[in-house]
Amino acid sequence: MVENRPWANFFAHTVLIIGVALVVFPVYIALVASTQAPGELMRTLPLLPGSHGIENYTQMWQSGISSANSPPAALMLWNSFVMAMAITVGKLSISLLSAFAIVYFRFRFRMFFFWLIFVTLMLPVEVRIIPTFQVVADLNMLNSFAGLSIPLIASATATFLFRQFFMTIPEEMLEAARVDGAGPFKFFKDILMPLSVTNIAALFVIMFIYGWNQYLWPLLITTDPDYTTIVMGIQRMTSEENPQWHLVMAAVVMAALPPVLVILFMQRLFVKGLTETEK
Amino acid sequence: MQTKRMTFPGRWLPFALLAPQVIVTLIFFIWPAGQALYQSLLREDAFGLRSTFVGLENFARLFRDGSYLNSMSVTAIFAVGTTLVSMSVALLLASTVNRMIRSRSTYTTLLVWPYAIAPAIAGVLWWFIFNPSIGIVPYMLEMVGYQWNHRNSGSDAMLLVILAAAWKQISYNFLFFLAGLQSIPQSLIEAASIDGASPFKRFWTIIFPLLSPTTFFLMVVNVVYAMFDTFGIIHATTQGGPAQSTNILVYKVYADGFVGLNLGSSAAQSVILMVIVVVLTVIQFRFIERRVNY
Repeated sequence: MVENRPWANFFAHTVLIIGVALVVFPVYIALVASTQAPGELMRTLPLLPGSHGIENYTQMWQSGISSANSPPAALMLWNSFVMAMAITVGKLSISLLSAFAIVYFRFRFRMFFFWLIFVTLMLPVEVRIIPTFQVVADLNMLNSFAGLSIPLIASATATFLFRQFFMTIPEEMLEAARVDGAGPFKFFKDILMPLSVTNIAALFVIMFIYGWNQYLWPLLITTDPDYTTIVMGIQRMTSEENPQWHLVMAAVVMAALPPVLVILFMQRLFVKGLTETEK
Repeated sequence: MQTKRMTFPGRWLPFALLAPQVIVTLIFFIWPAGQALYQSLLREDAFGLRSTFVGLENFARLFRDGSYLNSMSVTAIFAVGTTLVSMSVALLLASTVNRMIRSRSTYTTLLVWPYAIAPAIAGVLWWFIFNPSIGIVPYMLEMVGYQWNHRNSGSDAMLLVILAAAWKQISYNFLFFLAGLQSIPQSLIEAASIDGASPFKRFWTIIFPLLSPTTFFLMVVNVVYAMFDTFGIIHATTQGGPAQSTNILVYKVYADGFVGLNLGSSAAQSVILMVIVVVLTVIQFRFIERRVNY
């Protein structure tokens, strides 16, 4: 800010408060709706929270909505968590290994493999839905956590990010390690991994959100309610004839909470991960 | 491409390290993409028993098919709408936050979290707010004499999905604009204000042009987002309706393939989408090489 204009400051705060209000509005409405009694949501929605919050959340958590064939939220949240963690850990570990191979070894077809990994950037699941589904069906991976996570763990962005980062590590590190007689595994475990901790953590935040929010993929390959994840479960609840909105909105709040908390508590890592994966 | 000056010896080890990534890529990316290419050249009979080679007939049919052309224009409107709404709101918020000193981090925290919300959930939230019978916004619109109904009106439905998609993307654009704004040298702005330029003048003649690399980058990212990551919004809310008015390309691939079981046509649509992703990725990467510069 280069000059002091009290009116401009007032105006700026007004704009920001309106902006924040608009951004928060849908979630506020969800919170309000999730605390109402079932009958309250037949008419126009009240603007203040009701008093049935605890019972709605308990009901959703323990028993789900049986008329919509929806399992308890506790189970769906657990499924989402397992899927998100499997995708995150899978992506990080295979990307670390392949970046290590590409930077610290000279071998035939290095460029070929690099481009092969790069191509995955151009093939999002949405554009190759049916053939990928067929592959997973042929491998008998429908309705399993392996089917939910393994097809999504290839990651060009993570591999590139780790490659970039490894390139900035001074040559002397490797030279010193080799003089001291360290082999590739020792070097990877005792030098590369500790140096990459911040990068790994930043990517972890981004990948966890990516995994948690998967929608199309679980929708296709799980038909068994035991594997329903929370994000796709909510869609199923809303497609009823008369959705029980007070319970649906309780599920929405529970589904949004984990990734939002991850962002709020790890904001610095999140921003780092976001800006670096895209550049 | 460079490696380190000094590398580890090892004939098989690098291949073993690459193996997990490469195997997953081959099985779940390259092979299905190849299958899509192959199937796009075939046509199955009504019972799925035999398929015949038809060359580019599937593509030719698509470009004669009114519903596909409709889907293309719907996608264009949706992508442009989402990009415009979310980028302009984000730019307004980011340049306002950038003025702040003490409250900057508070506002940033309050604005970034929607990134975490899944597209499908964003869709359900807005679907609920705009619900014609119990939603709060149609109630307010009715007071000013507008009958909102996204179940019948195609334009209402389109507006709804654009709002939901843009809302979720604001935080992403906001963060990148804020980073872009902070990299603009303060001395330029000081010099302009000494010359008597008003805040508006400074924004349009100095800040906005200097932001153009960020703006261009975000435009590409937002178009990619609107075209490919919004499947959940459409599927959880309008399901392409009413009367195909929100049937974006990604949703149509799914609907034709899984619901309509028209494999040849769905595969041809997949191939067209792949071509679009490739073009957009190339644009994005060329941009990183040579930024728009002044």
